[in-house]
Amino acid sequence: MRAIQKKLVRDIWHNRGQVLSIAAVVATAIMTVLSMRGTYESLRYARDSFYQESSFPHVWANLERAPESLRSRIEAINGVQAVDTRVRFMANLRLPDRQGSVTGLFSSLNPDVHALGQLVLRSGRLPGIRERDRVVINEKFSEANDLGEGDTFDAIINGQMRHLTIVGVAISPEHMYPLAPGSIFPDHETFGLVWMGRGVLASISDMEGAFNEVALQLQGGTREAAVIDALDRILKPYGGQGGYGRSEQISHQFLEGELAQNRNTGTLIPAVFLAVVAFLLNIVLRRLVDTQRQEIAVLKAFGYTNRDVGWFYLLFAVLAVFMGTIVGVGVGSWLGQVMVDLYKEYFVFPDLRFRFGADLVALAVIISLVSAAVGALGGVHAATRLPPAEAMRPKSPARFRPGLFERMGFEAWLSSSARMVLRNIERQPVKSLLSVVGVAFSVAILLLGMFMFDAIDYMMDLQFNKVQREDISVVFERPLPESVQAELEHLPSVTEAEVFRSVPVRLVHGHLDKEAGITGRRLGDDLQRIVDEDGREIRLPSEGIVLSRFLADELGMNGPGAIRVEILEGGRPVRTLTVVDIVDDFLGASAYMELDALHRLAGGTRSVNGANLKVLPGTRQAVMADMATIPAIASASSPRKMYEIFQEQMDEGFLLGIFFIVFFSSIIALAVIYNGARIALSERGRDLASLRVLGFSKQEVSFLLFSEQGLITLVAIPVGWVLGYWLSWALVNAFVTESYRIPFLVDTSTFLFSAAATIMAAVLSSLVVRRRLNRYDLISVLKTRD
Amino acid sequence: MERPRIFRARGLTKIYDMGEIRVEALRDVDFDLYEGELLVLLGASGSGKSTLLNILGGLDSPTEGSVWYQDHKLDTSDEDAMTEYRRHHVGFVFQFYNLIPSLTARENVALVTEISENPMLPEEALELVGLADRIHHFPAQLSGGEQQRVAIARAVAKRPHVLLCDEPTGALDLETGRIVLRALERVNTELRTAIAVITHNAAIAGMGNRTVKMSSGRIASDEPNPERVHIDDISW
Repeated sequence: MRAIQKKLVRDIWHNRGQVLSIAAVVATAIMTVLSMRGTYESLRYARDSFYQESSFPHVWANLERAPESLRSRIEAINGVQAVDTRVRFMANLRLPDRQGSVTGLFSSLNPDVHALGQLVLRSGRLPGIRERDRVVINEKFSEANDLGEGDTFDAIINGQMRHLTIVGVAISPEHMYPLAPGSIFPDHETFGLVWMGRGVLASISDMEGAFNEVALQLQGGTREAAVIDALDRILKPYGGQGGYGRSEQISHQFLEGELAQNRNTGTLIPAVFLAVVAFLLNIVLRRLVDTQRQEIAVLKAFGYTNRDVGWFYLLFAVLAVFMGTIVGVGVGSWLGQVMVDLYKEYFVFPDLRFRFGADLVALAVIISLVSAAVGALGGVHAATRLPPAEAMRPKSPARFRPGLFERMGFEAWLSSSARMVLRNIERQPVKSLLSVVGVAFSVAILLLGMFMFDAIDYMMDLQFNKVQREDISVVFERPLPESVQAELEHLPSVTEAEVFRSVPVRLVHGHLDKEAGITGRRLGDDLQRIVDEDGREIRLPSEGIVLSRFLADELGMNGPGAIRVEILEGGRPVRTLTVVDIVDDFLGASAYMELDALHRLAGGTRSVNGANLKVLPGTRQAVMADMATIPAIASASSPRKMYEIFQEQMDEGFLLGIFFIVFFSSIIALAVIYNGARIALSERGRDLASLRVLGFSKQEVSFLLFSEQGLITLVAIPVGWVLGYWLSWALVNAFVTESYRIPFLVDTSTFLFSAAATIMAAVLSSLVVRRRLNRYDLISVLKTRD
Repeated sequence: MERPRIFRARGLTKIYDMGEIRVEALRDVDFDLYEGELLVLLGASGSGKSTLLNILGGLDSPTEGSVWYQDHKLDTSDEDAMTEYRRHHVGFVFQFYNLIPSLTARENVALVTEISENPMLPEEALELVGLADRIHHFPAQLSGGEQQRVAIARAVAKRPHVLLCDEPTGALDLETGRIVLRALERVNTELRTAIAVITHNAAIAGMGNRTVKMSSGRIASDEPNPERVHIDDISW
């Protein structure tokens, strides 16, 4: 080994704490690039290839019933490439081993190889087109209920009990997030997808030669809105409920939301880490060069070239990046695998594997190396620029001047020690500022991560404790007279029943329009309420309509006013209504009216389609089981149960999530503060030793050293709060979908926690540096020149 | 009557164990420093004079032997007691001034007066060393001699009983060196502060009341100096 290489090895050993702290940040940066960006790439790849292979449709429409002959008219719409007509309905299922209500969404199977949204079989086979009572079920449902090939279950279809046999288990691209209609959280135990041959399904549901759902695939470059308009015109006489594109398809919407979040965090967080890497390498190498200017001069006096010396310091950076890369790639791919596995719990993919191309790793390494090189370059440039003679002379005392505070007239308030601290910070404003920004990002990442939990928690609490207060919600097989309420109230264990009506409509305001459902309830009803984002109840008006903020925005309404309502059922009347209130809510796109007012609006009989029930404590399961035996009830669901499932999943995810957030953000705070304190110690070790000789105690001297880092941390915390608050706000605004909006609120405890975790990291780094300070040899420091 | 002693050291031995080699810096040294005297400790590099001074100042501990400061035995293993001792009783001046670069002359002195019990005003201390007009200058704006005088002002501002100076003129030219020595002499005569000056420069020995010569870790000679040389007549 050449002598200069030995020197490198020893310098690195001497500065191992700093090399390690930088390597840790590099490792975390690569970890986040790999795991977050890698998860995003993996999900997108898996989704896109699934969409591709299964011919995922672009447009869907639901309708009451149309003859198959309408198909050719739909095929003739300009820009339509393929048309798939379907029969689809909900039915109650009875599983051998499960009490209570289970709902199945039945869909017809299209045997055509060009069918849209083709299933991928996980086991078994597809039933033949004329094969009676043979079905395929979805994988999540099969797993949750332990059902497989050869198992049987019953279904009440069209008032008749059918005994069905499972011949296969499959997944569908249209149900990658299998969600029961109207629910926001998947419950695979009580909701399943069931596919049957078209002919059989049509015959048992009186839909022979007809369809009630259509899916389209469009030619490239076609304007989706134009196709939907044409489709709506064709379907209007057949009870068309309005076409919609992928952006409103529930499964796609949820997956897209998740991908967008992954893409955003997978870009933001690694970028922050790489910036911190560049900053740290810059300050650490600059300081290293500064302490070694005499050695550099000697090397150059001996004839080493600038390049030799330059390489020497660059290698320092390369080693940190190399170590960080090894750890980052190892842990990052493991973490990516964990995250992808976590997604498999929620989303269904035929082939979701964590894949990171070498390109992704290379990208992360190159970014790290480039930022390291940029950082190192400053130091190396300074090192090689010095003429040997100048570098060998000791550095003259650093120049200082009174700080800003003192110039502002606060001089008398400051002790000499306080002045030292302030002047040191002010002397290197850029470094101090970047340190503040680095620590602030640590606070901001914590805040952003914690905020998500606060927000979801708040949203769920509001939804299930204030909005949906019923124990069970039932949907009727077909509209029933209002008097059904009395019958429901007489059921065993039922203490309250409140019926409701929902009517599909198209709301039109100016040139904007939007399909929605109006829910009609009685004025005194209390099981479901309209509640705004602050938890305040909005009273249902006796006339007019209340809209979700999301609907109002879609319709371009800022406040009360008139809208046109096109009823999409019965005689399809068109009316004008007054919007009396707009409610800021989080879930769905709702419209509410008083029940009688809705009857008058929609015309026809005074019928209702469902009811909310309150039952005696502990009887929910039993009542759900009873509901499953009543043919008039199409489905029964329990918001309570949904809330319980949600809380269970949150509890699992919460700790893991918090661990990673705290871990990632603490690494930034630790590295910035540790290196800041190490450099301060190296720059001011001599001052501090002087103070010890003058009679300052170890505590007083440490306090002086760490006040600087402490001040940076204290300034960084509010900056981080503002930054985190802003990032959270940006996140909220990026996720406005029909299914859900994220409430924007940050808990006081989140502010405090983010500050506390950062202060902990700062204290921890200081303790490590303090050990070094305590080992300082007072005499030898004072007897040498810098 | 015996003069009151500030330091009494008996049988001091200091061995530095540096792995393979053992360096005997002090070998069985007895030493006294009396109130109000100006002592010059003369010796070549490695003679053990700095080691002795560091032990007296509570910066280092002897391997064997003991030291009394007035009536108190110095116990260098008690970190807090040593800090208290340095804080209130003893002042240091080093070859490299060791001023805090981020503080002005006045603030460098104030740093000490802010933590001691009965200090002078920083202005007073700087006046004593002839720097009344430089009190708001930062170290980078002062010459080497001026910086060393600030260091002296900083050391005496707490009114210590004793001032320990390790090669105070070592980094200075003759003229500035004389100015610094005059400042030390003034502290000795006006404040009656006992001073021990370490130097390898024999020319300085003449200014003290007493000269102690050290060599190879032992005291070679200890002689009073009845006819002190005037500082203007010192030269090197």
